[in-house]
Amino acid sequence: MDYALNYEEPLLWEHRAADGCGVDFEPLKNAPLKTGQPARQTIGWPKLKEPQIVKHFVRLSTKNFSIDHGFFPLGSCTMKHNPRLNEKIARLNGFANIHPMQPEETVQGALELMFDLQNWLGELTGLRGVCLTPSAGAHGELAGLMTIRRAHELNGQSHRKIILCPDSAHGTNPATAAMCGYELRVISTKETGCVTVENFKAALGDGKDVAGMMVTNPNTCGLFEAEIAECAKLLHEAGGYFYCDGANFNALVGKARPADFGVDVMHINLHKTFSTPHGGGGPGSGPICVADSLKDYLPVPCVVKTDQGYKLETIEDRPSSFGRLKGFQGQFGMFVRALTYMMSHGGDGLRQVAEDAVLSANYILSKLKGDFYAPFGDRTCMHECLLTDKIQKEQGVTTLDIAKTLIENGIHPMTVYFPLVVQGAMLIEPTETESKEAIDHFIFVMNHIAKDTSDGKANEIHQNPLSTPRRRLDEVRAARQPVLKATI
Amino acid sequence: MRYLPLTEQDRTEMLESVGVKTTDDLFKALPLAKGYDLPDHQGEMEVERFMTALAAKNQTASDSPFFLGAGVYRHHIPSTVDYIIQRSEFLTSYTPYQPEMAQGTLQVIFEFQTFMTNLTGMDVANASMYDGATSCAEAALIAMRLTGREKIVIGNALHPQYREVLESYIGKDHISDVEDETIAAVIIQSPDFFGTPHAYAQLKNKCDAIGAKLIVVITEIVSLGLLPAPTEADIVCGEAQSIGIPMSYGGPHLGFFACKQEYLRQMPGRLCGETVDADGKRGFVLTLSTREQHIRREKATSNICTNQGLCALAFTVHAALLGEEGLKHLAHLNHERACTLAEALSKINGIKIINDSFFNEFVIELPIDSKVVQKKLLNKKIIGGLPLDGNRMLVTATEMTTDQDITDLVSALTGVCS
Repeated sequence: MDYALNYEEPLLWEHRAADGCGVDFEPLKNAPLKTGQPARQTIGWPKLKEPQIVKHFVRLSTKNFSIDHGFFPLGSCTMKHNPRLNEKIARLNGFANIHPMQPEETVQGALELMFDLQNWLGELTGLRGVCLTPSAGAHGELAGLMTIRRAHELNGQSHRKIILCPDSAHGTNPATAAMCGYELRVISTKETGCVTVENFKAALGDGKDVAGMMVTNPNTCGLFEAEIAECAKLLHEAGGYFYCDGANFNALVGKARPADFGVDVMHINLHKTFSTPHGGGGPGSGPICVADSLKDYLPVPCVVKTDQGYKLETIEDRPSSFGRLKGFQGQFGMFVRALTYMMSHGGDGLRQVAEDAVLSANYILSKLKGDFYAPFGDRTCMHECLLTDKIQKEQGVTTLDIAKTLIENGIHPMTVYFPLVVQGAMLIEPTETESKEAIDHFIFVMNHIAKDTSDGKANEIHQNPLSTPRRRLDEVRAARQPVLKATI
Repeated sequence: MRYLPLTEQDRTEMLESVGVKTTDDLFKALPLAKGYDLPDHQGEMEVERFMTALAAKNQTASDSPFFLGAGVYRHHIPSTVDYIIQRSEFLTSYTPYQPEMAQGTLQVIFEFQTFMTNLTGMDVANASMYDGATSCAEAALIAMRLTGREKIVIGNALHPQYREVLESYIGKDHISDVEDETIAAVIIQSPDFFGTPHAYAQLKNKCDAIGAKLIVVITEIVSLGLLPAPTEADIVCGEAQSIGIPMSYGGPHLGFFACKQEYLRQMPGRLCGETVDADGKRGFVLTLSTREQHIRREKATSNICTNQGLCALAFTVHAALLGEEGLKHLAHLNHERACTLAEALSKINGIKIINDSFFNEFVIELPIDSKVVQKKLLNKKIIGGLPLDGNRMLVTATEMTTDQDITDLVSALTGVCS
């Protein structure tokens, strides 16, 4: 049933069909076909007019929560404000309405923009070889590992088959290593939360079979890997390369260069650190930045500046490249947004980004580590802080319940049950674009959840959320009897 | 700086709560940079001025007659599409891991999957892939896993960049020319890179005989409004940029992946499924995630995480507007424009149409090197087709191609060819 501002919206196919469609066309001439194939008769798409379709999607939109609604402290996802200027610029005809195979002399503005973005990323990371083409973080990881693999291949080191990776890593790290044909050797960080020289050495062994290591820094426990530079030195001596997952670059941007703690390759999530919108699940963009030692092996194309103007490299220009990882030049529209954001902030603003992001996370930690268990609460965190449900679980309230109660209070939950190394993890990343007022409200709600739990209100908490368009959903049923499309 | 709401007062209070004196006390473990060679922050007006000047250096598809395609197509996008995708609720939301707060995005994905399965004639489709080329490469990987075989045959003229991406993903030595019992799949593109549509029945029989999978790649999704659905395929994948998404110099676009039901648990990427909530009402969730990297880690079916969510929304809105009638009409219109173009070009002395059949693009043979022709056309402000080897050129027409565009091209080419 519909009630004020909360509409039930059927599937497109469940609406009463109109005549025709929601687009007006010039009439057809109905000349004979030259396709060599019979014309298709039925497709199975709906028949609706424009006003019905607008209402459909607007009504659906009201069932979503977004950054523009409120606090969205999703750890390791960097849900920061998405400036509308970025959207406006990406839609300029000169950027949106150009074809990737146009002659280079007709797209010098686009190439210059990519070249500038490469330089910004090189300057911010200290890794001067930059290729923008990977489509998202995981794709950047793939590009990075393929670059490492190519370097080993051309240097007679193909026997190196091991990638070292801590147990706190994002799931994409081991999945990427496997896609590249690498075997995973896990660095155990359960006790320390960090990679230490000691546990690193244990994983490295003599290092003769090690191709590289993948580490997120700051890591997924929200901690800076303080011993990583020393580990990187040992890794380099053993002939391996250091891949840094850049998901958490927001803590470092404008403050520290990954090259300075030994990183050889790093992907940057433009949709995290550089404010391009998450769009309900993409598009992202995951450029990779590499040290000079790996420049030659990067995927093609990078943009280069020549006497004749800007130019896209081909494999003939750089035969040591491992090749191409994506059609065309990458998620160009995201490059436009990211550079617009970078120029808006400037070097000074980006430094403030990292400082405010880290300060806000530490502030939340300082206010919540009493009511909630903070496994690393005695240390300074970076741009995200880690709590668990250890205290609340004794009263029958879990991380999932806490998340669903935040939802009931109009706040998006933090990242839950990740990292896997900590039981009942709640990873909180406020970002720099939240006001103290919003952060304090979140703290207030969390304190309340803790109090309700200790007051024995677990049964009430288990009911949450109550006021959302849908309450807790049966995920087991969805997986056991998969219904993945509308029945028509 | 306009995106940073903390006040100096806030920062002082927060530092006090944390128990440190300065922000740099929080960064003690880091090797701090001494400085950056970067400009300072700028206002909206200054940035806009700079970016507008940069954009103006590009010659766009609307500045002059335009005949490029080859995997990226210039189609009209109804105003409604961009209006919907710029709504905060869609634009600035996250992957719908918290379904109670994301029923809007989830229902859109469910509808997108339905549009895709209906269009391709497959049983299931995922929530999207990065682009056509990576989707094709992932399809090859799945076929290799399903069959336990290590070779892939490229059956016809596959887009050269798709081939390059495939080589990076599976290794050049895994691409074979021989269709025998050692191969995991045959990949066939339709319409192929040179614009020719293909039928699949014979090839499917051949694949069945040797136990290989048939992967059909579609780079011009509008063609499926006129050409038969590739129902014989095991996997249909490719690029859906043509519906709802601007060319944007090559991205972001919209990879799609659809297949037969039996391969469901080998699919890469996200899937949205129907279920019920605690009150028994229909709702949607991301499902079957035991295939995915965040659960299965090194045993996942792919490492893909973030996909092309907002592009899938743009597709879904445009597809809803087109509907059954509109897509067929649009496809016919594209074919008619291409027929008109082909007829006009065939009348020029020295130009030959190579294709016997085509959808909205085809190859012409010119009397001189096609790269020279491209340059000469550019001198007349015309962005011609894509130069191929030697004298050949791939030319494309869509519903955006006007009679005047064709007249201008014909007159320019007549000059070039004589």
